[in-house]
Amino acid sequence: MPNSNSNSNVTELNVNGESRRLDANGQRTLLSVLRDDLELTGTKYGCGEGQCGACTVLLDGVPTRACLTSLEEVGARKVTTIEGIESNGKLHPVQEAFLEADALQCGYCTSGMIVAGVALLRTNPMPSEAEIVHAMNGNLCRCGTYRRILAAIQLAAERLRSPTP
Amino acid sequence: MNEIALFEPERYELSAAPLYQFDLTLELNRRRFFEVVGCGLAVLLLVESDEAQESGFGRRGFRGGQRPMQIGAWLHVAEDDAVTVFTGKAEVGQNIRTSLAQAVAEELRTPVQKVRMLMADTERTPFDMGTFGSRSTPDMGRQLARVGAAAREALLDLAAEHFAIAAADRGRLQAADGKITHAGTAIGYGQLTKGQQLVKSVAAELALVPADKWAVAGMSVSKVDGREFVTGRHKYASDISRPGMLYGKVFRPAAFEATLESLDLGDAQAVEGVVAFRDGDFVGLAAPDELTAERALEAIHATWKTKPQPSSEELFAYLRDNTSQGGGGGGGRFGGRNVGSIEDGLAAADHQLKQTYTVAYIAHAPLEPRAAVAEWADGRLTVWTGTQRPFGVRGELAQAFGLAEDRVRVIVPDTGSGYGGKHSGEMAVEAARIARAAGKPVKLVWTREEEFTWAYFRPAGVIDVASGVRKDGTLIAWEFTNYNSGGSSINSPYEVPNQRIAFRPTKSPLRQGSYRALAATANTFARETHIDELAGAVGMDPLEFRRANLKDDRLRAVMEAAADAFGWGARKDEAGHGRGIAIGTEKGSYVATCAEVRANGNGALQVVRVAAAFECGAVVNPLHLKNQVEGAIVMGLGGALHEEIKFADGRISNPAFSGYRVPRFRDVPPIEVVLVNRQDLPSAGAGETPIIAIAPAIGNAIFAATGTRLRSLPLVPKGLG
Repeated sequence: MPNSNSNSNVTELNVNGESRRLDANGQRTLLSVLRDDLELTGTKYGCGEGQCGACTVLLDGVPTRACLTSLEEVGARKVTTIEGIESNGKLHPVQEAFLEADALQCGYCTSGMIVAGVALLRTNPMPSEAEIVHAMNGNLCRCGTYRRILAAIQLAAERLRSPTP
Repeated sequence: MNEIALFEPERYELSAAPLYQFDLTLELNRRRFFEVVGCGLAVLLLVESDEAQESGFGRRGFRGGQRPMQIGAWLHVAEDDAVTVFTGKAEVGQNIRTSLAQAVAEELRTPVQKVRMLMADTERTPFDMGTFGSRSTPDMGRQLARVGAAAREALLDLAAEHFAIAAADRGRLQAADGKITHAGTAIGYGQLTKGQQLVKSVAAELALVPADKWAVAGMSVSKVDGREFVTGRHKYASDISRPGMLYGKVFRPAAFEATLESLDLGDAQAVEGVVAFRDGDFVGLAAPDELTAERALEAIHATWKTKPQPSSEELFAYLRDNTSQGGGGGGGRFGGRNVGSIEDGLAAADHQLKQTYTVAYIAHAPLEPRAAVAEWADGRLTVWTGTQRPFGVRGELAQAFGLAEDRVRVIVPDTGSGYGGKHSGEMAVEAARIARAAGKPVKLVWTREEEFTWAYFRPAGVIDVASGVRKDGTLIAWEFTNYNSGGSSINSPYEVPNQRIAFRPTKSPLRQGSYRALAATANTFARETHIDELAGAVGMDPLEFRRANLKDDRLRAVMEAAADAFGWGARKDEAGHGRGIAIGTEKGSYVATCAEVRANGNGALQVVRVAAAFECGAVVNPLHLKNQVEGAIVMGLGGALHEEIKFADGRISNPAFSGYRVPRFRDVPPIEVVLVNRQDLPSAGAGETPIIAIAPAIGNAIFAATGTRLRSLPLVPKGLG
């Protein structure tokens, strides 16, 4: 008989630079634990099959689909969610660029887009348009703001290369 | 689902309004209002019932021979200068929160940052029919501008008292930047309302700032709460959490119209923490977390009785064979037109052409699936949900549970898009049923598969066109019959002396309903493809042919603007490339779209670039308008090229993004948008019409590139390759 209590529980998760205590079945998805146990609801459910990218988080800096990742798979890796992208109340240049380029409408894809964009610029600070398209093609925006997201990531890349004081 | 669905295409706008009315003129309501919002000045906009009805506010019965008045919107100026505007409209990504705030700020002469919009909460905001039909900007925008103007006048009256100025000298007061100044001394709006509980109502038409004098409206104001979204802090309905909340699931039928033969809930109920129940034909459960809920759902055993269902293979024959009564050429709510004689027109033509066009069912696929959090307390029900019709959903809940409407509160947080797909409240009713059975608050978020299966679809359709043209390119006969998809934009904007245009409703194999621009996409696709075919038949350039048959100045203006921006006649296409143009008008706005495609010969197709011109009267926010036009074109690209719901045996065959291809980064070409700003004309809505011309523009470009004429949406799966 199915019984969620028959699985072993996970009691600690490193999220956004903090060790968080919890008591959750290790078979649960990282997405559900972030949203429902840790109240980090910026990471979204969009499809549950890794096709839309709304649940994108970073695991040790690598963009990952939280809907397809079980809690026990995370292990000791560091989780970064959209809530951890801002630092000390200051927006990340990618977040600022999204606002400036008006790169959102309903905003539901925005968390995943920004997390994926931040990860891309960390590994490739000067991506070409084709490289951005390649890296971001797994993230869906049903409002169709793709061209603006491209522009926002290019703008953020410029800012990161020559930051204004 | 052969019976007519609750929300049929193009008919939802006729929904009757509930009788509920929040009347601030009653002392009790007044006190309650100020208890909630604090002291200050409240300004109510009273609208007459006929206006209310036209502008989407529903109607009330006439009483005692008086013309009934009801509140269209209200606004509150607080002691700390904060302005709160109450409107029943919902934000679903169209940025109406920003543009309505601009409309108020313009007239109230206060910074837009000071204006807070309290939206779509049935206990806090006045009744509103819903956020659809491109009515928010022309109706609510104008009403809120009037409320802002009335508040400004009331504040000027207060300032005249404050500065002890005679009525004749009131003109010396200056209202600007949230303050009123007299002879070098300024007082803030909030200060003027200190300690007061003032209610002013305004019914008369006030003079509004003309669009060419706008200082706040008309500007590219950023999304007012954009920071909430880029930080992940905004709480959508699916993010709401309540103390003790459980996670709900619905046990869905094995097929459309299947009925339960047997049900065993024993294993599901044995899972720790799970409440599983049957309520009539509804089977639901609640669990302490999503995984437990999923496992309990898998532990339900049932057998279903199914009945034969049509499949997508036979869809178009089915639609023709199941035409119902109604519709026809008489105009009215179905559209349609009957002038001259089609037979005479065809007989006099040098070329005749008969063709059939089809469009598939497509899904809205909003990235936030339907979601609701329901909480019962003291016989009252509160539901947070993403919907375009908060008051309509309140009505559905009241009816489902036999409650008075004032026992139900629906709160709509800014929603993860709708596109016409979130008009109904089934997720709210389901969440409330599960919450009632569990005795705790319940969150229900539809899975993507549920969203692709149990929501409703944009109607599929079959369109027959028969036409006649003289060899000089003059259209003389136009017969146009639409089966099932609807009457929006069914009438031709071209001048034709003999026309017979009709919409024929049919039974629909799938549940269907509203979709961005309704049937205007289908009708514009058929018309603009056929027009291209006629241009070819008489050997004319497609743009020239349209010029020869089009008198509508506004449509001509966008057509020329798009053609100029695209460089229609300026350069020769490379081998394998082709260009197409299409135009259309719907809901008071006008669009022309040009597309260039590349076909590489082995079936692969790329849209290389798009240019579009759009006109919707005076532009309220150019930044967000451009974003809307681009977004509509991208969404239209999906329906044009790939999107198609397939079904057989009462099931959807491709209920996932892996089987239903929506546009991605890779599919989207550079899009140039030209806004034609007509400041001399009232602003029309803009979220819908820009979607209608992209599919025929691409189809016509494919013909130019390959010589293959495609007459079905989506174009590519059945065309190239």
